[in-house]
Amino acid sequence: MKLVKVYVTLKKSVLDAQGEAIKSAINTMGYDKVADVHMGKYFELSFADDYNAMEKDVDAICDELLANPNIETYRYEIAEAE
Amino acid sequence: MKFAVINFPGSNCDMDLYYAIRDGINEKVELVDYRNNSLVGFDGVLIPGGFSYGDYLRSGAIAVHAPIIKEIVRFAKEGKIVFGVCNGFQILTELNLLPGALVQNEKNRFICDTVDLTVVNNQTAFTNCYQKNENIRIPIAHGEGRYHCDETTLQEMIANGQIVFRYQDNVNGSVDQIAGVTNKNGNVLGMMPHPERAVEDILGSADGLKLFQSIINYQVKVNN
Amino acid sequence: MTEPTAKQIKDEKIYQQWGLTDSEYELISQKILKRLPNYTETGLYSVMWSEHCSYKNSKKVLRKMPNKSPRVLAGPGEDAGILDIGDDQAVVFKAESHNHPSAVEPYQGAATGVGGIIRDIFSMGATPIALLDSLKFGPLKNGQTKHLVNEVVAGIGGYGNCIGLPTVGGEVSFEDCYEHNPLVNAMCVGLLNKTEFKHGTASGDNNLIIYVGAKTGRDGIHGATFASDEFTDTKNKQRSAVQVGNPFIEKLLMDACVEIIEKHSEWVLGIQDMGAAGLVSSTAEMASKAGSGLVLNLDKVPQRETKMSAYEMMLSESQERMVLCIKPDYLEEVLNFFRDYELDAVVIGRVTTDGQYKIYHQNNLVTDIPVDSLTEDVPEYDRQETEPQRMIDDKDYRFIPEITSLEETWQEMLQRPNIASKKHFYQTYDSQVKANTLVRPGGDAGVVRIRGTKKALAMTNDSNSKYTYLNPFIGGQIAVMEAARNIVATGGEPIGVTDCLNFGNPEDPEAFYELDKSVEGISSACELIKTPVISGNVSLYNEYNEVAIYPSPMIGMVGLIDDIDKITTIGFKKADDLIYLIGQTQDDFNGSELQMQKTGAIKGDLRPLDLQTEKFNQDLIKTAIAQKLIKSCHDLSEGGLAVALSESAFDNQLGFEIKTTLTSAQMFSETQSRFLVTIAAEDQVKFETLLQTDFELLGQVTTEPEFVVTTTDEKVSIDGRQAETNWKEAIPCLMK
Repeated sequence: MKLVKVYVTLKKSVLDAQGEAIKSAINTMGYDKVADVHMGKYFELSFADDYNAMEKDVDAICDELLANPNIETYRYEIAEAE
Repeated sequence: MKFAVINFPGSNCDMDLYYAIRDGINEKVELVDYRNNSLVGFDGVLIPGGFSYGDYLRSGAIAVHAPIIKEIVRFAKEGKIVFGVCNGFQILTELNLLPGALVQNEKNRFICDTVDLTVVNNQTAFTNCYQKNENIRIPIAHGEGRYHCDETTLQEMIANGQIVFRYQDNVNGSVDQIAGVTNKNGNVLGMMPHPERAVEDILGSADGLKLFQSIINYQVKVNN
Repeated sequence: MTEPTAKQIKDEKIYQQWGLTDSEYELISQKILKRLPNYTETGLYSVMWSEHCSYKNSKKVLRKMPNKSPRVLAGPGEDAGILDIGDDQAVVFKAESHNHPSAVEPYQGAATGVGGIIRDIFSMGATPIALLDSLKFGPLKNGQTKHLVNEVVAGIGGYGNCIGLPTVGGEVSFEDCYEHNPLVNAMCVGLLNKTEFKHGTASGDNNLIIYVGAKTGRDGIHGATFASDEFTDTKNKQRSAVQVGNPFIEKLLMDACVEIIEKHSEWVLGIQDMGAAGLVSSTAEMASKAGSGLVLNLDKVPQRETKMSAYEMMLSESQERMVLCIKPDYLEEVLNFFRDYELDAVVIGRVTTDGQYKIYHQNNLVTDIPVDSLTEDVPEYDRQETEPQRMIDDKDYRFIPEITSLEETWQEMLQRPNIASKKHFYQTYDSQVKANTLVRPGGDAGVVRIRGTKKALAMTNDSNSKYTYLNPFIGGQIAVMEAARNIVATGGEPIGVTDCLNFGNPEDPEAFYELDKSVEGISSACELIKTPVISGNVSLYNEYNEVAIYPSPMIGMVGLIDDIDKITTIGFKKADDLIYLIGQTQDDFNGSELQMQKTGAIKGDLRPLDLQTEKFNQDLIKTAIAQKLIKSCHDLSEGGLAVALSESAFDNQLGFEIKTTLTSAQMFSETQSRFLVTIAAEDQVKFETLLQTDFELLGQVTTEPEFVVTTTDEKVSIDGRQAETNWKEAIPCLMK
């Protein structure tokens, strides 16, 4: 089994209202060294082994569903599933 | 004129739109299930507010993959009337039938209120019964209604007269106070405020009625 | 983990951890079963015999409440009560508390509270049409409380907005006693388009038990016993029991259940929501009500997790699940029907005639007990009660406020969290979805029209725990009458009541006295205005480190408006309208917001409520509204006349000029049975001939937002704009 970990975040040009709110809460807690917080989404996709079009599929899934290219970007990493 | 109100799982303003058409402007209207794949026989399609598929992932993102969608796209391409309110607007931007995207309100809170809008462009299929710059009071109810688009798109939309409604007080932090936009062609409108909730004085405002009347007006002209 | 044996459960008294007492365990093993209950069976008894499910401590008290009127089609005992509203329509409503889950996980606790009460309504076949909620928190002083408030409000909004039901009313208040034990009470109102309804019963040999909705997981196990247990600092470990809500699934479930009952009534014999104590509570109640037995096969239950035990499946409080009893002939139709809604629906058992509750799990018979023993054999307790010491000590205390500056006191009053505008909270709830809301939150009562008729329903949630703390009996009466005034002021006729009785530990005689006397007060008021108590719930053990909350009965009332033209709102309408105070004002300062403002505490007894005058004044307002004389009407409550005048002026940014025979202090007196009304000047004679009660013509509405007030002590001019800012900004400012 392969595990694909997908991270979707807002593009830098889009105000991350939740990230801002979380940052301000963190700073209020006294952790004033935290300069920036961005919130995103995390997905785990499990694939059967030896699937050669996996990356192509993941890109397509991200483009068509998991991320909205107008406002979001994504990246992913592939790991062995436990 | 015969309207289809699309019903996705989790749509919850479908009946509001249905009654606005049936009782507000006395036109034909039917609810259409998201699993249908034909809109033959309809003249206009309305996409209601609500939380399609729970708004899980992103508002409107999952609805885009329903069977009925390709018919909505056909309608849009053929120049027929397509109108999305609130979640319907979100679906239309996810579909790229309208530019931009709707993101979390600036203050991270859901807001339900009645707000003042300016009719920016009254030369559209949806606004021809309003005066230019008319002030209208329309309810809003959304958590993810902050309109976002890049600067180039914004300038293009301004140049094309695609910005139809602006908030007078920017309640959710939208780019350029945008509350509703059309596509370039002018036959697809999306807006966060709910005109279908403002069709009777007893509801606090009847300012939304003219939007639906405008569609009829427009259609009559097209048909002639 | 292997389950303890029946003998271990007895020897090690494991049942005690689940809330069963020694004598209850003895009753089960010696009298009912005449053998030792196994692990699963002990679990079932412990949850079904908890206060939350059995009302064993409160039943005797609850019987005092009136539950009959010509309108009542169903009362306590069903998922929700039903009242006939004419034209073959009925209104269905109920309120329920979700206090403990909200204290532990505020967002999900509040959200699932809303989800649960909605299911109670649609399980009767009614279409839910509106939500209300009554919230009580500690003072907005620390980050923890603010976080709790934010999360509870977000949870309520998150669920209600997504499912698409308008939240049209409610209340939020703040007192020290709720700091560690907040109260989250939610109410749902539904409409039945016929006067017959589905009972929650399972009858008829070999009829099928169907499970519909979300899968079962380990969430919320022992939620019901958890709700019947008091909080202490050391119990954190037990706090893993909160369920997670999925309003999207509930929307599908709601639409499906309403449709199946409306269009395919013949398929369904009985239907019930899986609420507290999930599968066991719903199925056992359904069978017991019908005098039937039941066989369940747990291997058929849709499961979200693996290796769940019978005990876990039976007690799980996973949300968004329903149980139906259907005739086998319609099985195919029913399964297809739910499949169309993309909902899981499976047969999990069948009805039998032997009165036994039999559960199979992995081919083992894990439970075989009489159904009725779970629901009917619960011991009923007669608790001791004594008048609280504070009541005896403070009986003769009278708070006499000194007002040095009317203007200052007035402006300060408007900023008090209990008085200030709650818009910051309610604007996060969709109050208009469905386009039927005619009066939105912020007035005396929310109003929702019944489309296609001239009728509308007015609804309100009311409680004033400061009063019930000082005098539970009078406080109980006041809670009902304040709710009734809110309905009447809106143009409605009160027709029925639901309640949430939030109290402390019933084993404490003082707390039990508070419960008993409050209920007596509520009952006497309901009798008089003929509003039967048709549903409700009891939440006891609301304590933190053995300090109880104020006794907090919450009254949810529904009124019928027979013609939407009668709807009246609190806001002054135009300049020169005459302002009247209806009802007599006395020095009622004990328990008042003014007492809190001036002394930081409440103390003293309440003056008896004159029920006859109260009713007389309500009837008078009804008559005047029916004669279309009244342009605005507002019930007087916390903060008295000063607050009522201010709120009425804010609505349309108007002002007023008044001269009164009251003292400056009495502007804040909280004497009951009063209304503030405005009428058109030309109606003065006609209106005054109606007024066979104490009244005072105070003055008139003015265009400029300025409050010019002459009392017997002074004449002041208050800046209305500043007043409105103070009132509006107080809560947003505190929540920062």
